[in-house]
Order: sequence, then C-alpha cells, then structure tokens
Amino acid sequence: MLWQKGLPGANLVIRGARVLDPTEGIDARLEVRIDDGTIAEVAQKVDANEHRIVEADGLVLAPAFVDPHVHLRTPGREDEETVASGTAAAAAGGYCAILAMPNTDPVVDSAATLGALVEAARGEAQVPVGFLAAITRGQRGEELTEMGELAETGAVAFSDDGMPVASAGLMRRAIQYASVTDRPLALHCEETTLSHGGHVHEGRVAAELGFAGYPSIAESVAVERDLSLAGYESGRVHVLHLSAAESVEALRRAREARVEASGEATPHHLVLTDDAVRSLDPNVKMNPPLRAEHDRVALLDAVRDGTIEAIATDHAPHAAHEKEVPFEAAPFGVTGLETAFAVLYTHLVEPGVLSLETLLERMSAGPARIFGLDRPRVAPGARANLVLLDLDREWRVGEQPFRSRSGNSWLLGSTLRGAARMTLAGGAVAFG
Amino acid sequence: MIRLVSDDLRPPGDPPKRHLLSVGDLTREDVERLLGTARTFETSLERHVKKLPTLKGHLIVNLFYESSTRTSSSFELAAKRLSADTLNVKSVGSSVDKGESLKDTALTLGAYDPDVIVIRHPQIGAPQLVARVTEAHVVNAGDGKHQHPTQALLDLYTLREELGRLEGLQVAIVGDVLHSRVARSLVQALALVGVRVTLVGPPALLPREFPAEATADIEAIRDADVVYILRMQNERMEPGANFVPSLREYTARWGITPERLRPGQKVMHPGPMNRGVEIDPLVADSPDSLITRQVRSGLVVRMAVLYDVLTGGPVGVQALAAAEVA
Repeated sequence: MLWQKGLPGANLVIRGARVLDPTEGIDARLEVRIDDGTIAEVAQKVDANEHRIVEADGLVLAPAFVDPHVHLRTPGREDEETVASGTAAAAAGGYCAILAMPNTDPVVDSAATLGALVEAARGEAQVPVGFLAAITRGQRGEELTEMGELAETGAVAFSDDGMPVASAGLMRRAIQYASVTDRPLALHCEETTLSHGGHVHEGRVAAELGFAGYPSIAESVAVERDLSLAGYESGRVHVLHLSAAESVEALRRAREARVEASGEATPHHLVLTDDAVRSLDPNVKMNPPLRAEHDRVALLDAVRDGTIEAIATDHAPHAAHEKEVPFEAAPFGVTGLETAFAVLYTHLVEPGVLSLETLLERMSAGPARIFGLDRPRVAPGARANLVLLDLDREWRVGEQPFRSRSGNSWLLGSTLRGAARMTLAGGAVAFG
Repeated sequence: MIRLVSDDLRPPGDPPKRHLLSVGDLTREDVERLLGTARTFETSLERHVKKLPTLKGHLIVNLFYESSTRTSSSFELAAKRLSADTLNVKSVGSSVDKGESLKDTALTLGAYDPDVIVIRHPQIGAPQLVARVTEAHVVNAGDGKHQHPTQALLDLYTLREELGRLEGLQVAIVGDVLHSRVARSLVQALALVGVRVTLVGPPALLPREFPAEATADIEAIRDADVVYILRMQNERMEPGANFVPSLREYTARWGITPERLRPGQKVMHPGPMNRGVEIDPLVADSPDSLITRQVRSGLVVRMAVLYDVLTGGPVGVQALAAAEVA
C-alpha cells in the first residue's frame, strides 16, 4: 500500500546510539547492523561486515515517523508541492512513511488518478507514500466513489478531508461500504452551518479582533454524529485533526463503548492557542482553527492517555503569494513535516509535559496501527525504518531553505531543539 | 506558549515607524496627547485662514477599498488643512479591479515615498500588511470588523467636549456589535479612559466572550449618560443568516426612539444612519444628538493623528506660531 522510488538497500552499522523503541520495550545503548535495507542484528556489539559505520554517540536511534495526514498538492498544484519535494521534506523531518490526502485537482476519486499517483511515487518518492482516496466523487458529498476498485488500486483509506460529508445519510452509506474494503474512513468533522465563514476559534480573540467565529461545537457535533454512525454500523473511523475538548470527550466515550474509532492531533493544536492569531499572521490560520487553552490541554491529556493515538502534521503547503494577504483572504493550512518532531520535543518533551517515549509512539507505531501499515521497529528482520535523532541540536526554522516547495510554516524564525540526522525509510537512506 | 518571532528574521534597521493601526496599541498617555493636539487644531480652525503649513511637503496617500463619505473626506480635508499633498486611490477604477493584490498595490504606491498611507479595507489586518511592505507611516481608517481607531478617538473627543469629562461616564452601545469595527475600537478606547460600557443588542449580534458587559435587554440603556447607536449593518448580513428575524422586529425591540430615552440623555452614531431602523428620525435630529458634532470632531482628530504619526509629539508652540505666520 506504500510506494517509493527504487533506492539501494542500506548496508550500515550504527553504533554508540541510545536505541529507543518504546513499543518493543528497548531503551539501551546498542549497535544495529543493517544488511541490504533489513535490520540484521541488534546487540551490544555487532559485526561490522565491512559496512559503512555511523558513529552515533550522543544520538537517539528510534523507529522513524509515520505521518497519516499530508497534502502533497499533486496533481494540480505542483508549484506548492510534488511527490518528490514532499517526501524529501518528510525524510528530513525523520519520517519513513506518509499518507497523502485526496483533495487535489482533480480529486483522487478514480482508479486512473490514483494509478497515476502510484506511478509518480514509484518514480520520485524519497520515502514510502500511501494515498487516501475520496469518499465521494469530486468530494462533492453526493455519490460514493468506487471504493472497491480504489482499494484494489492501493488506497490506504478514504477521506473527504477539507470538504466534510454534510449528509448523515451518505456518511452512513460510506461507513457501510468501506467495511467491505477493510479500509478506515478518515473524517474531517465540521458542521459547516456552524463554522460557516469562520476563520478563527469562536472565543475572546475572535470577539476582540472581529473575526467570524468558528466554534468548537462546529467540530464536536460532527464528531458525535460520525462516531454514533460508526458505532451503529460497527465501522472503522479515524477522526482527523482534533481540535476541541468536546470532540476529544466524544472520542473517549466512543472508544470506551468499543467503537472502532481513532483520532489524531497536530503539532500546532498541541502547542498553540488562538492567542497566536493576535499576530494576524496568515501562517497561524488553519482548519480547524487554533482553540482555547483548555482545548489544548484536553488534546495533550488525550495524547498522553492514548485516546489520541496519532500525531499528524496536516502538512498543507501554500504558495507564498497566497499567504501574503490579509488573514481572512489567506487559505487555511500550514506546513509541518520538517518541524513536527522538533517543535513537539522543544515545547512538550523538554519542559516535561510529554515523555519522549509517548511522543515517539504517537508519531510512529500509533499511526501505523490505525492505517494497517507495518510498524517501524528496531528488531532483526524488520525493514530499516529508523531515525537518528540529535536531541541537542539547536536550529532556527527558515535559516536553511525548506525541502518542501512551500514555506508557510508557523514556526518561521523560531529556535527549536532536536533534529533528524539520518532517516532510513523503506530500507534506504532517505536523508542524511 | 510560543511567541511568534518571524519579525526576528528581518534585518535590523531603523527603529519602528509610528503607525496608528489599533486602539489596542495606544496608552492612555497617547490618547491624552492626541486629544490635546486635536483641541489645539480646533482652535486654529476658528481663525480666518484655516490652513496650517505644518505638513507642507509631505505626501499623504488615502487608499480606500470600501466606500466611505465621512472618513475619506475628513482625512483628505485634514491633510489639506495641514498643507500636505494628497493622493486619493480608490479600489474601483484602479488596478485592484484588474486583480492586483494588496501587497502589490502597496508596493506600487510605496514607490512614490508617501509619508503616510491611510487605508480602509474590508479585511482584518490589511493595514498591518501595508505597514510591513512599505516604508510609510500607516493609519488604519477601518479594516473589516476589526478596528477603526480614528473613529474611537473622535468619539472620545466628542464626549469630552460635550460632557466635560470622560472618567466615570457611562456609555451604552446598542445594536450590531458583532459586525462593528466601531464598537471594537470604542470599547477599548473607553476602557482606556475609565468610561463604563454596556453593550445592548440581539443575542446573535453580541460576540461571545467579548470583554464587556452585555445584555439583550434595551432597558439597560437607562443609566447611561450617552447612548451610542450602531448602524444595523444590513450589507454584512448574508441572506438566511437569521441574526434577527427582520429589521422590523429589530426596530421594535432595539430601535432608539424618543420614548426610550431620558431627557438630556445624549445620543451618538458613527454614521451612516438608517433612519427609522436603529434610530428614530426624531432622535437623530434632536438637540441631544451629537451626531454632527462627531463629524466635526473627525476633522480635527484626523489632523491630530496625521500630525502625531509624523512628528511623534504633542502639537506645541511651533505649530501655533506657524499658524500665526500663515
């Protein structure tokens, strides 16, 4: 279900690193040998076998990251991102797999469009890429796509991300039919009659600045609806970019009631609140919007206790000229692949708010589990999907050019700690 | 929480320019200085020759992306009374019609090295964008539903001139607060000078979590020294939005009529009025109406603002001396 360009399998010995794989229960100074892209040996001391030796004293070797929510803008807006540039950005951010959303132009709603993307990925993807296909044709919310054929062509899941499915009846049919394909539905939950025209979370900041409010309940009533439908139909659903405390509560209740539901949160919703909007910087404009501090805290709690299993960037590249406009005229979305680990490490792990182990799990094993992907792991026999992290490295966002074709990062100019030194993806050295 | 530090990436250079973008950027001291300067200019306007040479040789660009009568005319006249050169650009009939972005229009006008750009724009934050991409001092003449700082200043000036003080006054702001940049600026300005504010209007037109006392009950205007009536911004109400069932219903519950006012209670309105909707014509034309006084205040306050952003100080002896010479 994932595609990558042909890269030679790595032959490496990594030594001196602290090997940290929370899911495998490993936290020790170990050496790792990789033969032709596959982990051959993990031990106190491994045989070098004439491989290239990577001296990794002071670094952390962990399972590389999986981003279940990326916009590659291809086809249609190749000026903003391509499969090549987006996967290069992913590799630099420590990712070994990303999933791309289908809200492109044209929308990925047919086997032909999906097939062309698969071909592109085989030719140019630096890290393995999977593709979601649309739930409805053209994401118009009227007719289901041919999910069976799309799944056979390689769709990892189905989503109308960006264009919520307005009709409850159609959503029910989608959940029913997706079960035949054994693929989850990834849901953008937004009741547009409540969010309509809103740019900023409905709260004090929007009231003071004069922005039309996009209330929390615009998300949570849609989350409640879709989780009820999933429970009723025993379907599998994944709630994209959770932002509101009420939505998190709904997800927690549904999971307790054994609904097959999962959720994700983005770095920006975990670190920022709507207070950031006071800057009027279009690079803090996202959908869903940044919310209040109690929402942020609720998301963090849910990431900690596992209600939210995945951290996803919602990497949404936009052309510079489209963001150099007044806030209301700017499109929603920010980039994230190259900064996600560093910003979460700097603002959550270092201050002691989140453990490094939990962060690594939610950025790798969690999303892999939700979408049925092979879990990146440090174990003999596994494909090398590893990241070598330098937790002491300080760097300034924007100082080096982004690998992404777009620079609409909300972190431009910030100093962060933590960076990927090397990324192994699909057995190959993708970065470093 | 993260502070957004994108400014840090810009090369260090000149100290920041003086702009008037939001009332939120002003201190009480700034307000006092501006009102004092306006008072001085008002005195000068009582002279036979009304033109002052103060800003001779300066270029002031008025860039208006929305229709406006009183704001645009008073900025233009304020600049002319101070002997500045003015250039008026309206979005209609300009390159904006051809789809030019705000950034490019600002860069184009910026190439003439204007000293001040006065901008009115339908989108929040447009003046900040112009301030970022040009070297001019920028004055916000209204950006979307966000701010209209010169309106708030002229309202303070009017209140002080007509009621003799600001501290301790009570003002009720009535109507469509949600869509009103006037209300947003005014609430901040009134708080700065110690005026108590109550907002009154239909529930859907009072923004949630707005930092002021708010009620739907029109009776709440009773204790106010001044009732500030907002325009019912019908053009901002999309069909089917249902903020209120009808204008008729609005007028019946929240329209300001002579019966709803105490004798001597003053009335203000930023204009343009919808007579018979939010304000009864008898109220608009009554001796307690300060509405035309507000317009006159607008001229001297805008003179004060232009003077202040360019010179950074209170108008003093030199300006008056210059007036004598003129």
